[in-house]
Amino acid sequence: MARALINIPRAAKRGDVIEIKALISHPMETGYRHDETGKGIPRDIINRFVCLYNGVEVFRADLFPAISANPFLSFHTVATESGVIALAWTGDDGETYTQLANITVE
Amino acid sequence: MAAGSAVAPLLTVRPAGATPDTMAAAIRSVIGEASVREGRVKVDLPALVENGNTVSMTVAVDSPMTEADHVKAIFIFNEKNPQPNVANFHLTPRSGKARVAARIRLADSQQVVAIAQLSDGSFWSGSVDVVVTLAACTETLN
Repeated sequence: MARALINIPRAAKRGDVIEIKALISHPMETGYRHDETGKGIPRDIINRFVCLYNGVEVFRADLFPAISANPFLSFHTVATESGVIALAWTGDDGETYTQLANITVE
Repeated sequence: MAAGSAVAPLLTVRPAGATPDTMAAAIRSVIGEASVREGRVKVDLPALVENGNTVSMTVAVDSPMTEADHVKAIFIFNEKNPQPNVANFHLTPRSGKARVAARIRLADSQQVVAIAQLSDGSFWSGSVDVVVTLAACTETLN
């Protein structure tokens, strides 16, 4: 579906609030545009984003066509324990793209 | 009506678009009968937007983000895009900080409103007015 760029600290102190930045390449076609013949271009967006920290949801977003192409999100979470942070983007077609990052918490 | 439908194919069909009224209705559908107080929510957008296709937005809510007192959700609305919704962000005490950034589209000069739902059930709002010189969303492909 797409290619993602994510920025998550590799290591953090327990209790630190860390910033997670996530960008994925996607046209986010709004469904409100027309081609030169006047034909509507069908909507095709990422409508859902979830961040799981060792399987527990810590952040979720519902996205609408007003989100720019190549959607960028930045949010925060508390570094609670070492493990895996999973970011998942789901499109209108129902497909989900997941990217994982390891974090070491001391 | 017959004349109208004969002409219709020649016109570019535009969506009706959001209005301050449809934004108010979208907000009502999220908050129900609850009242919204102004404050605690800060929406950061450039006052003058040259390109409405990609506008950096940061929304922050004044909250300790503890188990007892945290932001559960932040809802972003606009007045004049084709749809009143922009994004809904769902937070937890594990978010640590109620601060979210995204890049959004703005089809016109308008007001952007953020509404935060707190863990005690209260709703707080913040808004910002932006001037957009190049609109997003409805342009024709070249």
